[in-house]
Amino acid sequence: MTLDPVVLFFVFGLLAGLLKSELKLPPALYETLSILLLLAIGLHGGVELAEQASARLLGQSALVLALGVVLPILAFGLLRGLRFDRVNAAAVAAHYGSVSAGTFAVVVAFMVSKGIDFESYMPLFVAILEVPAILVGIVLAKGISRDTNWKELGREIFLGKSIMLLLGGLVIGAIAGKEGIKPLEPLYTSMFKPVLAFFLLEMGLIASGQLGSLKQFGLRLLGFALFMPLLGALIGALLGRFMGLSLGGTAMLATLAASASYIAVPAALRLALPEANPSLSLTASLGITFPFNILIGIPLYLALAEQLIAWGL
Amino acid sequence: MPARNRTLLTVICEAALEKKLVADLEQLGAPGWTISDARGRGGRGVRSAGWDTEGNIRLEIICSEELAERIAEHLQQRYYANYAMVCYLSQVRVLRPEKF
Repeated sequence: MTLDPVVLFFVFGLLAGLLKSELKLPPALYETLSILLLLAIGLHGGVELAEQASARLLGQSALVLALGVVLPILAFGLLRGLRFDRVNAAAVAAHYGSVSAGTFAVVVAFMVSKGIDFESYMPLFVAILEVPAILVGIVLAKGISRDTNWKELGREIFLGKSIMLLLGGLVIGAIAGKEGIKPLEPLYTSMFKPVLAFFLLEMGLIASGQLGSLKQFGLRLLGFALFMPLLGALIGALLGRFMGLSLGGTAMLATLAASASYIAVPAALRLALPEANPSLSLTASLGITFPFNILIGIPLYLALAEQLIAWGL
Repeated sequence: MPARNRTLLTVICEAALEKKLVADLEQLGAPGWTISDARGRGGRGVRSAGWDTEGNIRLEIICSEELAERIAEHLQQRYYANYAMVCYLSQVRVLRPEKF
């Protein structure tokens, strides 16, 4: 199996960072690239969504929402088993229940380059999965507490950058339809991979910075950050089969369940759960789980989906 | 024109706090403030401002000594325990004291 060149860009960034190279992309570029990716993913999903919206999709969305509630609870249990304190366990669990749009972009590129079809409304699931884990995490940490400012938190979560861009793209795509969107199509066809490549280069640099703090937290965190994506992927893949998704869709839902947030959740939790140590969660999700999913996880989850289908599940 | 003494309160803290701090300042009646991006290193490690969650801001307020102390105390109570934050007061001489 050959590595996709976009993944090589990630490895390049990782190495450059580990070698303490001078290489640094301007923060504004990273911001721009992530906005482009999220909009492109949303638009693509929206165009297809308009063509195949159905009542079945509602039921599937509800199941995905439930997945977003179950995953952080499982992660919380695991972390408590590893003797993390309650607040930090809840914060890390919130990251792992939520999703990483960057990982999603890579799995999209992976499926396209392998020529495997997937349900085009997957971006909707990305948006759905992003929210519940944050709320579950906060409740796990403090119970339904009076000193949480739910209104402010709601604004932070639902009007956060990534959700807005994904949903905005979805709606614009759905309204414009296939014909209308033609002039913008390069966003998610020919332009998608170059943008993803630069984005992953920057992600490699950022991830290498997080790896440095791993020493501080030790093997327990490493173990969790490698085991949790596998468990999540298994649950995601089984749910995908239960929902009757295609091979590509099953592998993608597995990848989503395996991925951990590093943008939306840290920002929301920093305000809602200030007692938690933010670098603990970021080291796990960005330093370990993200690289693991990009380099090893995604092909593995595809193989898992193939195996489940072969068993007739 | 004679220069008058006022107090400059400088706060350096996590960028995540910006919205909250601005709301606090409005409520406490600060006459005005300036916010800029900052990076550096302190008790909570390197704050490189490489991206969103790692940034710092520097917040500067010029006001009367009494108000500056009130704001500093408020910040200390609300944020010191859980956030990366430093604040310090200094005497400055301003023209047009009625503005501050």
